[in-house]
Amino acid sequence: MATIKLREMQVNQAGVIVSVKGTGELGRRIRDMGLVPGKQIKVQGKAPLLDPVCLRIMGFTLTLRNNEADYILVEVN
Amino acid sequence: MSLAIALAGNPNSGKTTLFNTLTGARQHVGNYPGVIVEKKQGICTSRAGQFNVVDLLGTYSLSAYSLEEVVARDFLVNESPSMIVNIVDASNLERNLYLSVQFMELGIPVCVALNMMDVAQKRGIRIDIDRLSQLLNVPVVPTIARSGEGKTQLLETIAAQIAGNKEVVPLKISYGMDIDVALDEMEGIIRSDKFLTGIYPARWTALKYLENDQQIIGLGKKKNPEVDACLLSVVKRVTRHLDATLGTHPEGMIADQRYGFIHSILKQNVVTYAQDPNRLQQSDRIDQFVTNRFAGPVIMVAILMGLYHFTFTYGAIPMGWFEAFFGWLGSVAEGALPDGLLKSLVISGIIDGVGGVLGFVPLIMFMFLGISFLEDSGYLARMAYMLDRVFRTFGLHGSSVMAFIVSGGIAGGCAVPGVMATRTLKSPKERLATLLTVPFMNCGAKLPVFVLLVAAFFSENKALAMLAITLVSWVGALLVARLLRSTLIRGEATPFVMELPPYRLPTLKGLLIHTWERTWQYVKKAGTVILGISILLWAMMTFPGLDLDQKQVFEMKRIKLAQGMTATPLEEIKTAEPAALSPGDLSVKQGLVQIDMQEAQAGLKNSFAGRMGVGLEGVSKFAGFDWRTNIALLGGFVAKEVVVSTLGTAYSLGQVDPEETGSLSERLSTAEGWGPLTAVSLIIFTIFYAPCFVTVVCIAKEAGSWKWAAFSVIFNTALAFGLSVAVYQIGSLIMS
Repeated sequence: MATIKLREMQVNQAGVIVSVKGTGELGRRIRDMGLVPGKQIKVQGKAPLLDPVCLRIMGFTLTLRNNEADYILVEVN
Repeated sequence: MSLAIALAGNPNSGKTTLFNTLTGARQHVGNYPGVIVEKKQGICTSRAGQFNVVDLLGTYSLSAYSLEEVVARDFLVNESPSMIVNIVDASNLERNLYLSVQFMELGIPVCVALNMMDVAQKRGIRIDIDRLSQLLNVPVVPTIARSGEGKTQLLETIAAQIAGNKEVVPLKISYGMDIDVALDEMEGIIRSDKFLTGIYPARWTALKYLENDQQIIGLGKKKNPEVDACLLSVVKRVTRHLDATLGTHPEGMIADQRYGFIHSILKQNVVTYAQDPNRLQQSDRIDQFVTNRFAGPVIMVAILMGLYHFTFTYGAIPMGWFEAFFGWLGSVAEGALPDGLLKSLVISGIIDGVGGVLGFVPLIMFMFLGISFLEDSGYLARMAYMLDRVFRTFGLHGSSVMAFIVSGGIAGGCAVPGVMATRTLKSPKERLATLLTVPFMNCGAKLPVFVLLVAAFFSENKALAMLAITLVSWVGALLVARLLRSTLIRGEATPFVMELPPYRLPTLKGLLIHTWERTWQYVKKAGTVILGISILLWAMMTFPGLDLDQKQVFEMKRIKLAQGMTATPLEEIKTAEPAALSPGDLSVKQGLVQIDMQEAQAGLKNSFAGRMGVGLEGVSKFAGFDWRTNIALLGGFVAKEVVVSTLGTAYSLGQVDPEETGSLSERLSTAEGWGPLTAVSLIIFTIFYAPCFVTVVCIAKEAGSWKWAAFSVIFNTALAFGLSVAVYQIGSLIMS
């Protein structure tokens, strides 16, 4: 078990969100889409230039930029 | 009496499809008062009654961060529809209910339309509808909007609910100890002071204060600064406490707890999965290929080329019909009206003007049909995902690519549909920067100008020259976007966080309604303004014309030409077919044509536009342009290909057909003051200077303000002039 930033996750790696930093509009948007502590996520792929990242959460697919992923800490095996 | 209901739900939940199913073609698009956000309304008649349906915007939340969400919220509070029909994607229940919870917090009657039941079933998701309805304490009706299934039951449930007139209590959920205590305290203050209680439920106002909602706080400050300060001090206390104990803040805590509440409901056997919910669906397997690092970009280029081909190859066919029709109309007017100003006004001002407006209609239709298909199928989101890294560098958004391509990113597009294509962009700043820079692309009307100049001065390297022109316009557009985003449209990038919806086959009805709507808006809004400007520009190129004395000079020339050459009356020679004339009469006829062209040149030079051209020569000479080029460029404001035909008139070659520029390019290659450097300077200027006025009108409509339209005219022209002068002056130094 280790806690890393979402940006550092490998493709196909899964984990559980531990905390979401970030305030204001960005923090709100991240949370509105369901990226809140306790949720299971799995990195599904990365864009051709390795940014944004594409992940699976609650059965749907979500993309966010690497600099946005930095606000999210994930516990991975 | 018709009942007002509002459709609301997440993007991609099938909201628009349900709206189309309910209202059919009986819908119209307007604006919310004072803002440029669209308001779609329609009438739905059924056995259950008549409903006035408003299609609220697709949003994920009801925060104050985007204009759309604020508008949706204001509409719900101020117009208080009898019911919100909340479309919820059954295959994506947990996230969709997040918005539902926010509606319930607001205390407006909600009816959930549990949509896409078929998709959910296919994925092995089983939903206990009665239990969900019971736990949420709102009616839930299963629907499949695409096929219309569940529509009758939905309408009956709505009608019954409204008739039942049950009092709705705002949903009260626990946001954690600290926040609940603060909420109670604030609710007490709000109630006792009757603070905004006429508009919003007391607890909701308190919640918004804790969420740091700038719209509500601003409203509160105006209403009663004392209560406002009192509430803010509570918020400050909780914020500090949460930060110290849990390392979070109220806004984050509240969102987390909303999801906690939803999760706790779904856990009570509401949803059961027959398979792993995160299992790869068919859509994901397509994505593994379509957004693959290597295959993805190749497929994207192919799709963009396809869209382009579709719009400009097939769109050109009906466009040809329009052109032929207006050409025919022009020839009818030509024959029916006597020579003179009225004829010129009808043909060059009105028929060409209306033709100019309607000429774009097929392009706009085809483009929106193509883009709607890509958008509704889910591919547009993938494109934004793949290209975001590139466009973000310049302060734009991945979705900007579509507008650039349509405008002429692949040479030969058109900025009018390009500017309108920016509608697919949801981020306001990125959208504005995109719609101000797409006119730099090389549209189909600029191409004749480039072809003319390249043929005259760079005929050995035609392909290379055209490639260089395309590259210059792209680099220029992206750099200007960067410049705008760090100056006038400065500000943090709008968060990208975006859903990739599952691939779906769009419905034909949806595509047609969308396409028709956009096209009609263009005709209605832009049409009238464009016609007016077209007549104005005609007047500028025509008046005051030559006075009698000057006309007399040309008349004298004609008489002198005929003297001793022929006995046939001049009128007869003018109208006769060349083959029917004797060699002597034929040379007189050619001479007459020459004089006509000289007269046209003199007339143009003497018009308002001509005088401006001459007047500007003092400045424009730094870029290598004489008065002829200046007039041509002024004419280019009508449409860029007019540069070519006006140059023809200015060089006494008559109106040159933009498709047949051979004679003009020969003339230019030997003309005084012209050389490769002048050509490069003029090419640069043509790429960057003011967009044609049709585009300018569209910019005003899309940006919601004439200020940005004026900006694009002034800024682009200044930029173009600066670049041309730099090229011409530096080039002259090197060459000398």
